[in-house]
Amino acid sequence: MTKELIRAVESADSPALMVAAVQKLAAAKDEAAIPTLIAVFGYNNPTAAVAAVAGLVELGEVAVPQLLSQIDDYNYGARAYSIRALSAIADPRAIDILLTAAATDFAPSVRRAAAKGLGNLHWHKLNDSQRASALSRCLETLLNISTDSDWSIRYAAVVGLQALAKIPDLRSPIQAKFKEMLISDTEKAVCARVQLAQLAM
Amino acid sequence: MRENGAEEYIPENAPPLNEEQAIANLTSPDTGLRYYAAWWLGKFRVNSKAAVDGLIAALEDEADRTELGGYPLRRNAARALGKLGDTQAVDGLIKCLSSSDFYVREASAQSLEMLRASDAAPSLMQLLSGGVAAAVQVPGRPHLVQPYEAILEALGAIGAKEAISLIQPFLEHPLPRVQCAAARAMYQLTLDASYGDRLVKALDSDDLKLRRVALSDLGAIGYIAAADAIAQAKVENSFKLIALKGLLEHQLPSLDVSLSEDTIRLMNLMDALL
Repeated sequence: MTKELIRAVESADSPALMVAAVQKLAAAKDEAAIPTLIAVFGYNNPTAAVAAVAGLVELGEVAVPQLLSQIDDYNYGARAYSIRALSAIADPRAIDILLTAAATDFAPSVRRAAAKGLGNLHWHKLNDSQRASALSRCLETLLNISTDSDWSIRYAAVVGLQALAKIPDLRSPIQAKFKEMLISDTEKAVCARVQLAQLAM
Repeated sequence: MRENGAEEYIPENAPPLNEEQAIANLTSPDTGLRYYAAWWLGKFRVNSKAAVDGLIAALEDEADRTELGGYPLRRNAARALGKLGDTQAVDGLIKCLSSSDFYVREASAQSLEMLRASDAAPSLMQLLSGGVAAAVQVPGRPHLVQPYEAILEALGAIGAKEAISLIQPFLEHPLPRVQCAAARAMYQLTLDASYGDRLVKALDSDDLKLRRVALSDLGAIGYIAAADAIAQAKVENSFKLIALKGLLEHQLPSLDVSLSEDTIRLMNLMDALL
């Protein structure tokens, strides 16, 4: 069954057929579909890629090892979908890739997806000592990129920080950063997002 | 490379520049250095008096010519002046609207839009003379006789209500990109939702480039009714984020904002596109 669905994705010869085939494969919720769904990220078909992300997120943790090992270093479009999937699944095994992507990827789409994901990882899956170090690394990276020259990166950093502020120990440095951003940031859209984050805290 | 209208030009072995050097290079004997310096001053938004004066002077450069008679340095100087935000440049840019070089006229119209130069209205309107019938392709060239998109957008941005009757016929121009520019201007000048809705409709086009144009137009006019259509458009997230940012900023009169239901809804849409 899944094999046929995979073959349908591989042999789709129009964008519309591709989308339909990926949607069916994603709906099968079969682990055997994981490599094919990841491969769809590189097909330059955004609608199919979004469906593939949704399918992988639905599968959850079981998709994480392959998502991590099959990140496309040469195609930033594909890489952004991988990072979106990892961010949405929120498995802390993705932390190193998300930190690197948020801080150093050249593609803003990848960095934004990673920044959003860094705030939302499932911290309870880590033991106490791992958790403390993971949280401080995420906080540090998000604070750093909140002064990036690209407004959309700063916006995504605010979204990540808002989520991270659910951790009581991190609330005060995050509040301080938000106050500072409201004074220094020159983009109205970023300031508005800071205010929305403050409302949620 | 030198003949097309490419926005940015990055030479492979570009000398590292600083502000002083770039301004000095505007009058270098090497026309390549002049061309690069003008681009560089715009790129890094150097808006000192010396930079602005140097670029205004470069609008009358005669040394740098292409095979077809174009003025590469004037094009770059015109583009840079739009980014520097100094209205001293307005008179020189208006003069450039009658340049023989299409790309100089296009760059000048775009920069006059950025400078919100309402004084430019009569000269911009002049370029629409002959109406849609005259707005045809130049044989053998990749552009129409005038930079209609830039002209229409500029007239809308500067609030040239006196141009409405000239702009309206361009809603029926054969090129969809020109129709979008006309719809954008008509919305800005009348705030009539039917013009915003035309742009929303263009988001369904089969042409990805046109969908991107429509997104950017909707962002520029801040048409709030388009928010969901923008979020769902089949365009890369980066373009959608920029368009939604345009809508959001339109709802925020100043940096000292207070959030409304609309602004919160817009930010939720933006968050989902990260």
